[in-house]
Amino acid sequence: MSNAAIWGTVLAGSGVCLVLKLVGAYVPQSWLGGERTGRVMGLVTVSLLAALLVVQAVGNGQGLTADSRLIAVAVAGLALWLRAPFIVVVIIAAAVAAGLRALGFP
Amino acid sequence: MTGRAADESLAGQADGTANGPTDGPTDGPGGEASGGTTRETKRKAIRQAVSVSVATGLYGISFGALAVAAGLSVWQAQVLSMVMFTGGSQFALVGVLMAGGGGLAAVAPAAMLGARNFLYAVQLGPLLGLRGWRRLLGAQLTIDESAAVSLAQFDRTAQRAGFWWTGAGVWICWNALTLVGALAGSVMADPKDWGLDAAAAAAFLGLLWPRLAPRRTQATAALAAVIALVSTPFLVPGLPVLLAALAALVVGLLPAAGSHGKAEPVGATEPAGATEPAGDKEGAGGQLPSGEDGDG
Repeated sequence: MSNAAIWGTVLAGSGVCLVLKLVGAYVPQSWLGGERTGRVMGLVTVSLLAALLVVQAVGNGQGLTADSRLIAVAVAGLALWLRAPFIVVVIIAAAVAAGLRALGFP
Repeated sequence: MTGRAADESLAGQADGTANGPTDGPTDGPGGEASGGTTRETKRKAIRQAVSVSVATGLYGISFGALAVAAGLSVWQAQVLSMVMFTGGSQFALVGVLMAGGGGLAAVAPAAMLGARNFLYAVQLGPLLGLRGWRRLLGAQLTIDESAAVSLAQFDRTAQRAGFWWTGAGVWICWNALTLVGALAGSVMADPKDWGLDAAAAAAFLGLLWPRLAPRRTQATAALAAVIALVSTPFLVPGLPVLLAALAALVVGLLPAAGSHGKAEPVGATEPAGATEPAGDKEGAGGQLPSGEDGDG
């Protein structure tokens, strides 16, 4: 991706997210549309994050690869289960993957 | 930006009860006349805001490093943290670019994740009662953490203090540490040697984890994961993520009182964002599922 294309993506994404916040600050609360809106929004968030997780953990362009990332994510899951804070979880995952690769693992 | 309590409290209060806890005796912006109690709750809100800001800001380091690893310049990473300023969307945009997705494929999930902030802003509107430029500034500072801390307070003075201190605190820490991460990332030869690709996956898992408590949510997440997995070989990078979001719409639009008596809407089961004790230094982390649920 060219530098200009990345700038375009960064600015477009930032603009959309900012506008969403601004619009929200100016519409009356009755526009929310009740409980269903909140529920759908919550589920959209969860499914996006789950999909991003999968793509980031085993995706490889259009292929799927099981490598150090998968083990690192499993360890991250264990850390979360043990209630480790977010930053610790991320560092542990990076350390596991970096360590495995230093040992010659893919 | 991790969401945590905010989503639950939002969904639980979408029926308009957001103002419930504010009906107390202390309604004025100053709160001076109300004596020590208001000052106490306000101080508590600020304390909570500061610890949430520091904790959230810290993982700005990982965002900055990941952004640079995905091919962004230090400045591009910084603009995302300054203007987009909503962690889930930032990680999503960078993650899709890292996976080889195009601009639109990166912007779309970022926007969909950012739609949460729209709901927070609507909900916080009457509570903050802002006008003019403060309203614009308040909108930009509307994120998971500021919404969660604000809604967790019990009187209006504390809610407003919680919002501003958390919003401003996270913005400052998040941006400062994005810069640190981006500078650190730009001196690494190969980000994979440092496990940064795995760190991005762990970041998504960390953002997802606190939202997984309700059974219905777990089912949605599993469905989305399978769709992303199965469609990856057939679609250009980025699209599997969008396809998976459709799963949410399908599940979300199913009649809630359907199948087996799981009538409660996601989130409404956990109104704890508004009621949990505010002293918890990870106020926004109070929604972590207990071990038994989380492992399921």
